[in-house]
Amino acid sequence: MAKKPVNFTLNGQDRAAFADDGQNLLEFLRRGVGDLSPKYGCGQGACGACTVLIDGETQLSCLVLAETVDGKAVRTASGLAAGALDPLQTAFMEHFSAQCGYCTPGMLMSARALLDHNPRPTRDEVIEAISGNLCRCTGYEPIISAILAVAEGRVRA
Amino acid sequence: MTTTVQTVATLSEAARAMAQGATFLGGGTIIMRDINAGVAAAQIVRTTDPALNDIRISSDKVTIGAGVTMSQILAHPELAFLHKVARLIGGPQVRNMGTVGGNLFAPHPYGDFAVALLALGAQAVIAGQNGGRPLDDLLRDRSRSPGLVAAVECPRPSAGTFGFVKFSRIKPKGVSVLSVAALLPREGGRIRGARVAWGAMAAGPVRGASAERALEGQTLNPDTIARAAQTAAEGLAPPTDAIATDWYRREVAGVYLKRLLEQMERG
Repeated sequence: MAKKPVNFTLNGQDRAAFADDGQNLLEFLRRGVGDLSPKYGCGQGACGACTVLIDGETQLSCLVLAETVDGKAVRTASGLAAGALDPLQTAFMEHFSAQCGYCTPGMLMSARALLDHNPRPTRDEVIEAISGNLCRCTGYEPIISAILAVAEGRVRA
Repeated sequence: MTTTVQTVATLSEAARAMAQGATFLGGGTIIMRDINAGVAAAQIVRTTDPALNDIRISSDKVTIGAGVTMSQILAHPELAFLHKVARLIGGPQVRNMGTVGGNLFAPHPYGDFAVALLALGAQAVIAGQNGGRPLDDLLRDRSRSPGLVAAVECPRPSAGTFGFVKFSRIKPKGVSVLSVAALLPREGGRIRGARVAWGAMAAGPVRGASAERALEGQTLNPDTIARAAQTAAEGLAPPTDAIATDWYRREVAGVYLKRLLEQMERG
């Protein structure tokens, strides 16, 4: 099986690693690169736990062929805190938006992409933005509240 | 099963690999699932050919590259007639990945974009072949590869003649109990050339012949709508799955056709 070289940026840092033939981006990030923040949930595009940003767009890393991120910018939840926590991370803590926490990295990336494109979303836009991310603990309300709190500037930086 | 992925620069090279048995990888939402589950074909081919992402607009038709994603459709103002459909495919991540070409081959209960294209009378452009192939023909047996779908050509519907409804149990993101699309061109107020297409009412997207017969030549009014709704499920044999039984799908088909036609009547 041929290994394929992949040069990309991960959370702003240049990275180079070899991907296995047919390897998905989630496995590549976790096993090959050592970023454990994206989670394996369903492996079929239903749960959103593996959500990462590729060139600013949310994608499901378990369904992305790893070699296709060559030359692209990948962002994961582990890169959100640059020195201080991202306001979304603070808001998730303040609003009790995680119980088991397994969906949280994917939720954070969907929320980050939303606020990057649309800093003042409506409640419906927030619901739409996280509609590809399943959470079986919180009932979603605390997550929606946290994202709206950031959008409305109600979170301490 | 071990999978080998070959990346080629052009559509014609990809088409050649497919002729030798390789499976085409587009946006990944179908084929990567198979790879993850260990049931994918041994040979996968993908291409970096930018032609796959072309969108061409003319006065009477649009040509959409097979690699165009649902999000790219939503970002294109000239494709507004398809926005409602694209918005109802998957969640945000899937819309950033899933493609027009891939949706033609999405297994039940997926493939709602193909349902809309079928109602619109779209044709598939096959790499290396002249002329389009009607989706009616391509969707009839999706297990037989037509070659590499390079693009989809779709006549632009005149205002108010095209509609689409998708019924899911979970909102805003859920798979189809069923979906239904209709193209109802009018001549002198009467429907001429009615096309109705159903999703999740058969193994793949299918035409609704009974509804089309009820609509053809009529004016779109409450009586016509009631007759079309009454016969909606005739001739359809929907699958039973975790989402709904075949009985339930047949029972509610008329309800959703009625809602769609009433929306179109209101304009």
